[in-house]
Amino acid sequence: MSSTVLFRRGRVIDPRNGVDGIRDVLVRDGKVAEVSEALLPVPSSAEVVDASGKWVLPGFIDLHVHLREPGEEGKETVLTGCRAAVAGGFTAVVAMPNTKVVNDNGIVTELILSRARAANLCHVYPAGAITKGLKGEEMAEMGELVSAGCVAITDDGRPVMNAALMRRALQYSTQFDVPIMVHEEDLTLSAGGAMHEGPTSTRLGLRGIPASAEVAMVARDLVLLEETGARLHLAHVSCEGSVRLIREAKRRGLRVTSEVTPHHLILDDRAVEGYDTHAKMAPPLRSNRDVEALREAIADGTVEAIATDHAPHGVLDKLVEFEKGINGIIGLETAFSLTMELVHSGVLPPKRAVELLTHGPAKAFGLPGGHLAPGAPADVTVVDPSEEWTVDAHRFHSRSRNTPFHGRKQQGRVVQTWVGGRKVFENGQVGLSKESR
Amino acid sequence: MRHLLGIEGWRRDELEALLDKAQAHLPGKPDTTHILRGKVVANLFFEDSTRTRTSFHMAAKGLGASVMNWTQSGSSVSKGETLLDTARNIEATGPVAIVMRHKSSGAPHLVAKHVRCAVINAGDGTHEHPSQALLDAFTLRQRWGALDGRTVLIVGDLLHSRVARSNLLCLKALGARVVMCGPPTLIPPGLESLGAEVTHNLDAVLPQADAVMCLRLQLERQSENFLPSIREFSRLFGLNPAREERMKPEAVVMHPGPINRGVEISPAVADGPRSVILEQVSNGVAVRRAILEVCAS
Repeated sequence: MSSTVLFRRGRVIDPRNGVDGIRDVLVRDGKVAEVSEALLPVPSSAEVVDASGKWVLPGFIDLHVHLREPGEEGKETVLTGCRAAVAGGFTAVVAMPNTKVVNDNGIVTELILSRARAANLCHVYPAGAITKGLKGEEMAEMGELVSAGCVAITDDGRPVMNAALMRRALQYSTQFDVPIMVHEEDLTLSAGGAMHEGPTSTRLGLRGIPASAEVAMVARDLVLLEETGARLHLAHVSCEGSVRLIREAKRRGLRVTSEVTPHHLILDDRAVEGYDTHAKMAPPLRSNRDVEALREAIADGTVEAIATDHAPHGVLDKLVEFEKGINGIIGLETAFSLTMELVHSGVLPPKRAVELLTHGPAKAFGLPGGHLAPGAPADVTVVDPSEEWTVDAHRFHSRSRNTPFHGRKQQGRVVQTWVGGRKVFENGQVGLSKESR
Repeated sequence: MRHLLGIEGWRRDELEALLDKAQAHLPGKPDTTHILRGKVVANLFFEDSTRTRTSFHMAAKGLGASVMNWTQSGSSVSKGETLLDTARNIEATGPVAIVMRHKSSGAPHLVAKHVRCAVINAGDGTHEHPSQALLDAFTLRQRWGALDGRTVLIVGDLLHSRVARSNLLCLKALGARVVMCGPPTLIPPGLESLGAEVTHNLDAVLPQADAVMCLRLQLERQSENFLPSIREFSRLFGLNPAREERMKPEAVVMHPGPINRGVEISPAVADGPRSVILEQVSNGVAVRRAILEVCAS
């Protein structure tokens, strides 16, 4: 079994450690052993990866994926979700609790973790529910969830509408110092809505979801955060107004972190044109002005993570009237190249783009990895920043195909993914090589 | 073959050609039953309808087609059959056109992507109702010759009205000025970007109008707090005899139906000398014949 790997002459971008340049990276026994500007001697029995012309990056971390197991294995399983993750360069994912048996207790957490061990591809960190059954009525046993391995607590997919309950959950979470992750949507404002409220919704005759449905809840929870001193993570931020509030809260030192999805950074509400249900998600694709504000917020550090909200759904869930179409799209296998669109168009410098996929999310949730200092886990993603390819949903490793990006030309592609010093993905093929199994 | 999914996407010359064709389908014109003889037109009505369904039915008959009338009640929709399965099964019986009404905006667009025959939108959710806009434009052209420079005032619930959207697009395309008036809660954002002038003050704009089109207020909107009461809506936006007196002498009153008498329009106005409401209905058959001729033959 090869436990020593030498990544030769790649451009190493490790934002946490301030590295951006040609380096050799030596990995031994599942950890980073050395990062060197000079050529390193090749240890005997080492596997050598010629990374010249490539970028050698910390493995990507996705704070927001739906693996659908247990309960909706036709859409995705922990195994297929992990395959999609490593194919997209992700070495760690946070699994949302809104499975069809809700992850609101330690037994479900254990099940997800045991499926992840069996998949043996990437790290899976479960998130537990804030409320039992995601009903927004009674708090779930946060202590049990945390001790079983949950790294965040969230009712994702649903807001906690009851402000008093939300306040208690934030208070209660401080004893575990676990982040409370929120899907901000005032259901009384979004009721009946199918897309962002604006000129496009007017023209298409679809009931709009105003930006205030999100922003009002962000405002409420920042006030509650200030009172409780908890950690708050805002999932899939979509509006200019939210960004403004986050910026202000950070200035005052509140412990708030947030994420934006690639699709909210790339598409605006005009993507709904033609009633394409693949452009239907919660929160909805917003106006161009919101997109600009989100781009600014990821560039200036207001938002610390790009997260996919990978939401697998079956073909029939989307092949219906727009209003009936289910919310969400998959994202693990397009996140990197979509982020590279922002690099190629000058919105993000490469280092910041990498940070949003690595150290940013790791720090937000206090997860291991996200950087390549000696001693760090050898979770490494090798990408070709200039390879051109076309998104083909039929070739996804995910069990689902629901993406609005099918057929989109991309520049920048994941070449290899390594987890704990083992190669789990290379050139389109997922799986451990024989010698590292 | 051509779909009619909305007024959007149709150029002025195409709309005018269609309206010109409708002239030849007015009562008393030569027989047109050869146009779709031996063909089938399928009426798919997922929502209730009086005028549109009977009008399309008569139009298809007038072109010599046989008509399959399908309505949601009594169908397998109650067994969970999807829209696409329903539409594909209807298509498999061989119609040249599917005329459909559905409560969801964009439903005909979905069907059009998956069938080979023409799809004619007979009203989709709160999106468009193109045949209504065409028959309205036809009715106004009969009076005025051309719509250029004329002012049409559309009053009422603009947020939920597919008639309003289609009329805005159609009237603008044909050169008219469109003023839209209603309470702020029932005006969707961005109407101006589609070419409308928007106001909340009916009395101020009423004297400018060459035609006033009242829209039906869906009475259930009150429970969603769009309005404090029907009474107040009627007081602010209802077309009553006092308001009618302040209209231009030649101005006409329109309504796509069904009417809530005494809410958006007083009976005396609806049945009065300015009303062209029943002309609209009569013209509907000729216009829909022209639609079927253009789309399905």
